[in-house]
Amino acid sequence: MSLHPTTPEFKQNAHVALHDAELQKALGHVQGGFIYKRQSAVDRLPEFEVLRDSARDLKDHVLAHLDLYLEMYEARVRASGGHIHFARNANEANKIIVDICKAHDAKTVTKGKSMVSEEIGLNDAIEAAGMKAVETDLGEYIIQLRHETPSHIIAPAVHLTKEQVEREFRREHTHLPKDRDLSQPVQLLTEARGVLREKFLAADVGITGANFLIAETGTSIIVTNEGNGDLTQSLPKVHVVIASIEKIVPTLEDASLLMRVLARSATGQDMSVYTTLSTGPRRAEDPDGPAHYHVVLVDNGRSSMLGGEFEDMLRCIRCGACMNHCPVYHAVGGHAYGWVYPGPMGAVLTPSLIGVDKGGHLPNASTFCGRCESVCPVKIPLPKLMRHWREREFERHLTPAVQRFGLGVWAYFARRPALYRPLTSLAMKALSLLAGEKGRFAKLPLASGWTQYRDLPAPSGQTFQSQWRARQKERSR
Amino acid sequence: MADGLPARPRVGLFATCLVDLFRPVIGFASAKLLEDAGCEVVVPPQTCCGQPAFNSGDRNTARDLALQVMDAFQGCDYIVAPSGSCGGMIAKHYPELFDEPQLANRARDFASRTHELISFLTDVLGVTAVDAQFDGRVTYHDSCSGLRELGVQKQPRRLLASVRGLELVEMAESDVCCGFGGTFAVKYGEISDAIVTKKTAHVEAAGAPVLLAGDLGCLMNMAGKLSRQGSRMDVRHVAEVLAGLTDEPPIGATREKRS
Repeated sequence: MSLHPTTPEFKQNAHVALHDAELQKALGHVQGGFIYKRQSAVDRLPEFEVLRDSARDLKDHVLAHLDLYLEMYEARVRASGGHIHFARNANEANKIIVDICKAHDAKTVTKGKSMVSEEIGLNDAIEAAGMKAVETDLGEYIIQLRHETPSHIIAPAVHLTKEQVEREFRREHTHLPKDRDLSQPVQLLTEARGVLREKFLAADVGITGANFLIAETGTSIIVTNEGNGDLTQSLPKVHVVIASIEKIVPTLEDASLLMRVLARSATGQDMSVYTTLSTGPRRAEDPDGPAHYHVVLVDNGRSSMLGGEFEDMLRCIRCGACMNHCPVYHAVGGHAYGWVYPGPMGAVLTPSLIGVDKGGHLPNASTFCGRCESVCPVKIPLPKLMRHWREREFERHLTPAVQRFGLGVWAYFARRPALYRPLTSLAMKALSLLAGEKGRFAKLPLASGWTQYRDLPAPSGQTFQSQWRARQKERSR
Repeated sequence: MADGLPARPRVGLFATCLVDLFRPVIGFASAKLLEDAGCEVVVPPQTCCGQPAFNSGDRNTARDLALQVMDAFQGCDYIVAPSGSCGGMIAKHYPELFDEPQLANRARDFASRTHELISFLTDVLGVTAVDAQFDGRVTYHDSCSGLRELGVQKQPRRLLASVRGLELVEMAESDVCCGFGGTFAVKYGEISDAIVTKKTAHVEAAGAPVLLAGDLGCLMNMAGKLSRQGSRMDVRHVAEVLAGLTDEPPIGATREKRS
């Protein structure tokens, strides 16, 4: 986990990614599978579009009354025998969790998949305190072995091919026979399952994220496809839930509404394989469960988004559909974005959380094709929010000087039609003559940003406006 | 013609700056299609809709240009652009530019009368067929703004089906971005290149010698990439084919020596 974003080097990151043959092979899978499966799931549910509206309205309602629901949730957690902690930022959240682990003399801590734990760099904090943190989601486990960050919010190792995973397992799992066959995905899965089973049993503390926190019951819900979350939270004597504050929903009924759009948008499943609810520590009559139950609610910049122009982003339920449908994400993968959240949702959220001075590339690196917004289950206007970041950058003079200058020159003429028309008329004639019979430019001064990669079709000659006026004169004669 | 329209609607043709500067034939094709459908076409003095400024975060310039466009097109029943991108800028984003109630109302009214060319012909004027001939197979790319901001998808296909001799063959992923994105193509040229390279592979694989689309920016991007790759694909705006104005060499193609 990197707390030091490489987002300012986005262009360089993208360059490296575009020349990484294995990455490009792995990214091929994102473009096919996710999109097709989502579409089939949506086609099977006629009311899907209506559910998107309801999901948006529900999240808007929660954000408008977040304080109320947080207090309600807090009271229910305490009533069920759990402890609740509020963390204003990453450091506070890490300290709270490390202190809980220390208080229970933990040596091994297992973790279910949690993006907010990536955001705050929780694994590093746990390791720095002398404990071992073990990711139990298969994708997270693989990237932990590689000391990488997730490249996708629901498929953290989607940037890897199965050959790369095999190499990693052979390097790490040295206690297993060298000549074992790992050529099939199921063999990799079985091996990871065996290795992780021991970690589950040895763990002193289990940490999970939360897809939803239910205000009326004090329950946290996770959805997984591997069941690792269940083992993480039920085997150790301590269960810590870490979640950001916007995960709250009022009722279980509300959570079921969001679940109907979540898995369909994410993986094209009607529902994830496991939907696990946890409420407080083990009661006397429970067959199993943790003796201690903690919830750490993380703000880390979110409350400052409330009521502002980026509030819509807090509706996000982390399905990943936006990145699955993003041509830029398809081209460069998640790591190029340089921090925790990639793709269109990352392009909006990252500047909010690390500052637009560091994250400014991301909202600019979009063609505004709008495909992300068209699939977002909670209808976040992602291109519009990216544009808002560009406005903030322009106001603060963070827009690159060359671009600002070019825009200024263009705007000067565009505002003055009487000057613009004769000038462009001359320029287009000149360009047309310069291109000659070839009809295009392979190179042109000041246009190398374009011609480096593609030809520039030459203008026909006279502008439309001058030809139109000539024709009108002709006609009125 | 559909009900509730003036007998001869006065249509202001917003040519778009790219068509004005690079490919006037698209403007003439648009005018012909509109006139054939019974409109009076006027071309008020114009520069740009302001989208480059809007998408670069420069709202003040975008506002100034929006006001300039609204002033220039006063007296038109409709404003029509042969582009979903510029059409979308006016129809969807002009109202966002103004907080002042009077200006916001004016922008909303203007936006409600602004349309992309092909969808205006079919959805507003009720055109179901054009009088044109084009022999051979063509493939069609859905430009993003037209598709997702304005819902332009079936309309061009419906009109292309009425062109004598034309056969439309669909490419894979015709609804995926070509990587143009305005200034994106230059600001992030390498990424744009990776995206357009995927697009041209789908275009070539479709098995048609002609590529059509409804936005000149996307067309110049795809045509420029295709010619750089040595492709012999002809690239044209869909309006050229629908209007039967195909004497002009395709976009970026070699021109005959002028005598």
